Amino acid sequence: MDFIFYFGEVFTFTSMLLLIGGTIGGLIMGATPGLSPTMTVALLIPFTFNMTPVHGLILLGAAYTSTVAGGAVSAILLKIPGAPANIATTLDGNAMARKGEGAKALQLSFIASLIGGIFGVFLLIFLTPVLAKMANSFGYSHTFWLAIIGVTVIGSLEAGSVVKGLLSGCIGMWLATIGFDDIQGVKRFVFHPAIAGGVNIIPALIGLFAIPQVITMFAKGRFQNDIEQIQVKKHPIAKAFQEVFSRKRALIIGTSIGSLIGLIPGVGGQIAGLLAYDQAKKFSPEKKKFGTGHSEGVIAAESANNAMVGPSLVPLLTLSIPGSPTAAVLLGGLIIHGIFPGPTLFQQYPEVIWPFINSMLIGQILMCIFGIYIASLAARVAQVPQFIMAAIVLGLAAFGSFAVQQSMGDVYVMVVLGTMMYFLERFGFSAAPLVLGLILGPIAESNFVTGSLISTAQNGPFVYFFTGGLNILLVSIVILSVGFSIWSEINTKRQS
Amino acid sequence: MKKIIAALAVSLIGISGVAKAEYPERPVLLMIPYGAGGATDFQARIATIPAGNDDMLGMPVAIINKPGAGGRVGWNWFANNAEKDGYTMGGYNVPHFIAQSIKGGVDYSTDSFEPIANWGSDPAVFVVGKDSNFNSMSDVVDFAKANPGKLTFSGAGLFVGHHIAALQIEKAAGVKMLYIPNKSGGAGAMKAVISGEVLAGVNNLSDAFRAQKAGTIKILGVADLERNAFLPDVPTMMEQGLDVDNTSVNFRGVMVPKGTPQAVIDKLASVVPEMFKHKRVAQKMKAGGSPMKIMNRAEVLDMWAKRQTTLEELLKGL
Repeated sequence: MDFIFYFGEVFTFTSMLLLIGGTIGGLIMGATPGLSPTMTVALLIPFTFNMTPVHGLILLGAAYTSTVAGGAVSAILLKIPGAPANIATTLDGNAMARKGEGAKALQLSFIASLIGGIFGVFLLIFLTPVLAKMANSFGYSHTFWLAIIGVTVIGSLEAGSVVKGLLSGCIGMWLATIGFDDIQGVKRFVFHPAIAGGVNIIPALIGLFAIPQVITMFAKGRFQNDIEQIQVKKHPIAKAFQEVFSRKRALIIGTSIGSLIGLIPGVGGQIAGLLAYDQAKKFSPEKKKFGTGHSEGVIAAESANNAMVGPSLVPLLTLSIPGSPTAAVLLGGLIIHGIFPGPTLFQQYPEVIWPFINSMLIGQILMCIFGIYIASLAARVAQVPQFIMAAIVLGLAAFGSFAVQQSMGDVYVMVVLGTMMYFLERFGFSAAPLVLGLILGPIAESNFVTGSLISTAQNGPFVYFFTGGLNILLVSIVILSVGFSIWSEINTKRQS
Repeated sequence: MKKIIAALAVSLIGISGVAKAEYPERPVLLMIPYGAGGATDFQARIATIPAGNDDMLGMPVAIINKPGAGGRVGWNWFANNAEKDGYTMGGYNVPHFIAQSIKGGVDYSTDSFEPIANWGSDPAVFVVGKDSNFNSMSDVVDFAKANPGKLTFSGAGLFVGHHIAALQIEKAAGVKMLYIPNKSGGAGAMKAVISGEVLAGVNNLSDAFRAQKAGTIKILGVADLERNAFLPDVPTMMEQGLDVDNTSVNFRGVMVPKGTPQAVIDKLASVVPEMFKHKRVAQKMKAGGSPMKIMNRAEVLDMWAKRQTTLEELLKGL
């Protein structure tokens, strides 16, 4: 319970100022497509050079937490996820916004983020030694199977057809192979210098989600009576709290999956939201409501991606291994102040680490308060005339894609993929499984290749990938997940 | 007539002289071919802190990251697309870019770039998990001799410093081991060692130093000519009877594309090493566990040429 004694440090004037500034700034950055949590933290690190370690870390921690949550704003209102973590939020969140429930969806998402986030940080406070051991037991074969579990989710993301969902996933996995392969350094499918470094996930994400939207908005904006009039209904906050707590199943699934996935180095929070969404759907008696603006979808996805934040710091703080790209950047922020993470970190620098973790707790609460306030303003975004909105979104999309690595090539990638997606959507394909393929492809590939390589020095690939408790557990989840999808597909066919 | 031409020439020299004296008149970019937050990026940000001081460049240096394929994406961009006016500098990592250019498939070589100065040198070290039975390089070599191809050891990728060190160790000991390149770079390779996925690993001295302090690994040897100030107790490979020199040491520094005006190169070559020597840089680098080695342009040119020859020799058979 050491951490309680260090709250004083958080409630000083400077700390609170940084915390509030970091939270509001983070929410805005997160809501801007392309400004991912990783980039926000990287941009802030030079500013921490001149601060004390505690102040620097408080700023970074606040920004990390709130950018993850802020990504929900554009996911819900514009159907453009701010970062990969918010993909699942678009599915039901945007559908709710279209029904005029934008304000409600934002409230639900910030409250769910708050609960998930606090749970995650509490895990970090109380269970770090246990969690560190768990994170460490994940090898190449386990990470490979985890990626495959992610692939099995694809089938249930597509509301219409499982086959089209899987096809979209395949396109995504193919796109992921473009560029120099990471292990051997061989060039693959590089037909233009813009993709020499592969298809960067952020520009692809923005393009696939934003461009089809923009084209549709412009197309509809041509005739006055085609323009969609989206109403924004007011929604009392107390009711939103009630709603979140009455959806216990979604909340528990989201929070537990999020914290578990956050722990595993290399997978990070990118797929936490999607896995949680999928499980919440499978366990829900109201499966058919998912995708049509069901609050359980938003709650599961958003509680998961914020629950991930705390545990994702466990491997970083105890083993000095960053579990996610953002954690890698945070590591730089720690080292620059001469703080070397390791098992003795909490004994060596309690006066730095505890205020940092405490500030993440306070940060969650501030994030929720400011988020809900911003939500009351932001929901009006939906009422902006469509053709103006389309122009703004297009500008943001180009800016966000360019900003990732100051490359015009990424903007081309964004436009080309987005235009392609517009036509694919006409044929019933959707963007979420495609992006999932793009994220999981490289994880599955590199872990499979590396695992196979190691297995040649041991007992061969079969033993390496299929034996051992954790492998068997993960393989069973894969089989169950696929089996369940097929079973429910047959069941719905029979009913209709 | 002659007088007029002479006067014109003088005034032209005067004008261009003034223009040169004013370089840089806007912020200078520094392209880093690795992701934000990695060791190279992190050190580049520290090394360029004093750039804005009046006695330095007088203008800030802004870092842009162009990561991908072990640096190939950034260096290809730098060789093909970077402006040759001195406002775009690039970070280099030796032996990485030289080894990649020898292996082929990239658009650059040592002839594509002009070095400015070197700020850091990060030797490769040989690491094993804290509970490993290996306590010295000879334990490792004995195991590898008894079990050819069975000793798995991780590193950041192919044709980077870690891989070069791995090749040198194998060659010096006359054994066959199994090098496992890691997609997530040095951090991923270190995790594989800590969690016991591989039996050993080659990693950066700076990262290994931290991990050793954290008590998760043991460091068995340094692939450098002499022991390192950060690890005075760890013997070099040479001391342990392995003929491994400093070819794999990761040198980090700044360069400009070939074709940049000589006056700009001269100005940078005189200012940048001074910038690296600044007190704040030294202090932050030390705090971050990053070994510094400041070299001027002439020394770096010499180092590049030597690396070119040794690496050509080493990579011939591959």
